[in-house]
Amino acid sequence: MKSLGSIRRDFAPWNDPNAKPYIQFDNVTKKFGDFTAVNNLSLTIFEREFFALLGASGCGKSTLLRMLAGFEEPTAGRILLDGQDLRGIPPYRRPVNMMFQSYALFPHMTVENNIAFGLKQDGMPKPEIAARVAEMLKLVKLEQFAKRKPHQLSGGQRQRVALARSVAKRPKVLLLDEPLGALDKKLREETQFELMDLQQSLGLTFVVVTHDQEEAMTMADRIAIIDKGEVMQVATPAEVYEAPGSRFVAGFVGNVNMFEGRIARGEAGSASIDAGNGITIRTDNAGNAAAGTAVTFAIRPEKIKVSSAKPAGAVNAIEGEVYDIAYLGDMTVYHVRLDDGQVVRASTMNAARITEDPLSWNDRAWVSFRPDAGVVLTR
Amino acid sequence: MNTTWSRFNITSIVLGFAFLYLPIVLLIVFSFNESKLVTVWGGFSTKWYVSLFHNQGLMDATWVTARVGVISATVATVLGTLAALTLTRYTRFKGRMLFSGMVFAPLVMPEVITGLSLLLLFVAVGLDRGFLTVTLAHITFTMCFVAVVVQSRLISFDRSLEEAAMDLGAPPVKTFFQITLPVIMPAIISGWMLAFTLSLDDLVIASFTSGPGATTLPMKIYSQVRLGVTPEINAACTILIAVVAVGVIVASLANKRREVQRQRDERAAQRG
Repeated sequence: MKSLGSIRRDFAPWNDPNAKPYIQFDNVTKKFGDFTAVNNLSLTIFEREFFALLGASGCGKSTLLRMLAGFEEPTAGRILLDGQDLRGIPPYRRPVNMMFQSYALFPHMTVENNIAFGLKQDGMPKPEIAARVAEMLKLVKLEQFAKRKPHQLSGGQRQRVALARSVAKRPKVLLLDEPLGALDKKLREETQFELMDLQQSLGLTFVVVTHDQEEAMTMADRIAIIDKGEVMQVATPAEVYEAPGSRFVAGFVGNVNMFEGRIARGEAGSASIDAGNGITIRTDNAGNAAAGTAVTFAIRPEKIKVSSAKPAGAVNAIEGEVYDIAYLGDMTVYHVRLDDGQVVRASTMNAARITEDPLSWNDRAWVSFRPDAGVVLTR
Repeated sequence: MNTTWSRFNITSIVLGFAFLYLPIVLLIVFSFNESKLVTVWGGFSTKWYVSLFHNQGLMDATWVTARVGVISATVATVLGTLAALTLTRYTRFKGRMLFSGMVFAPLVMPEVITGLSLLLLFVAVGLDRGFLTVTLAHITFTMCFVAVVVQSRLISFDRSLEEAAMDLGAPPVKTFFQITLPVIMPAIISGWMLAFTLSLDDLVIASFTSGPGATTLPMKIYSQVRLGVTPEINAACTILIAVVAVGVIVASLANKRREVQRQRDERAAQRG
């Protein structure tokens, strides 16, 4: 598959069989009483990678982070950092630092002293501490707030202090627990790019936990999608989106239309899928699924075209009725009810201000897509 | 909001305040009485305040009370804080229910019983009653109040602060002294003040556990009153009231100022 890689094209150690893993979760299980938070999970993260753990709340992603930081010990399995087994090493001796979801700024200390706290623990000489704190304050653009207490800062400023404090010690790995969760949307988008720049300029390995798929897609080199304590898929954002490995991943990341059906006829990757009610879907992405296999055909809304007339020469075109239209400014989302009752979601970029052939509620319409637009899922 | 004063509102507020403060006002007024008779007004005078400071017995009792109060409140604060930490942090040790019940039992235990049982204990172990035994008794009964105050603060304590400190390289003991203790310090100070006040005005337990040479102020006042109320006692009580009132007012003003300052800071921060 071409052009489904990292955005930083020269950075893809996961494709290099000789690359040395930096963080390894090796068959890790974590139980809290009867509840299994992490179930026999294995993961590999490389040096200087921006790695995201994505999942719904309670899926075990935060437990993974806390095990890496040393606040929890695995019930079984082991965690290696740069070849060293972390078992039994307390949090205050691990070369990793964490940025907490609540920021956990020390309320009785000034911004300066918050940032200096970790450096003082290492017994760094005073002039060096002062220099490092100044450098960190500059990095997060908070120079004039050095003497303030946390409660004298806005939410965005607190987030920056927390970030400065956690990178001040130059940890081997920075762990970020929902780093942008408490910020409003606009600030969150700005901060995403700042975090990426910071990671690049410091050359650190970042592991971020988030439930926000957009955040993970924007920032991460690779995403691990976690569900019920297990890894569903580890891949680059583009792969996760365009080539999801399972129905769960396809449904979890972004919007998707799914058609249940059986492979009717298949040869070398391309196949026809009988999706019932006379709907046949032709696809080039069937992999090696044999004829008769029950499959799900998944296709993203933006890859479906909606038109009032049947497009000439379309391989896949299904008729239905416009059921709902949502105008979002930059794009318009159509919900088309096919004649068998299934509702298909299609979105169109509003590239021009005025469109010819405007569709309206209850109009007859055709949805069409190319044979390479969707994926066939067997899991 | 309803701002008009109905007759009912005025009546109830007057009755309420009269019920609470009339006895105290009377006491204060009669402490400035010229006459030796407590119930007959004989003109304004401050002579009882002067004679108060020449009453060696009362002054000794005040000194004993102050020492007992400071020592017992301090020890009770240390022990109570430790108990509160155990109860909030180690939630699954064996016998936790029993321990928490036993820590809080003295809150509801009649003072007479606490006093009597302490007396029996001191007699049994052959401890001479005096300064030491009163102090020990006060530590026992004020400790649980400190534990309650500190525990309520610890329940709302954000544990991620401690995790952050450890994550940044501070071992547990250092984390406790550099992070946990400063953050819960206001609660510990209120606990100390509560313990001190309780020790200051305790009569029952002190009567059981004190001995010759360790008479506390409440005991002294009580015994003098039994020989007849003198305006001197009124003066002593007025001073006590003044000390407590000043303490309360200063504390609440400081609190209020801090709150206002904090709100102003937060508004300033929101603006950018």
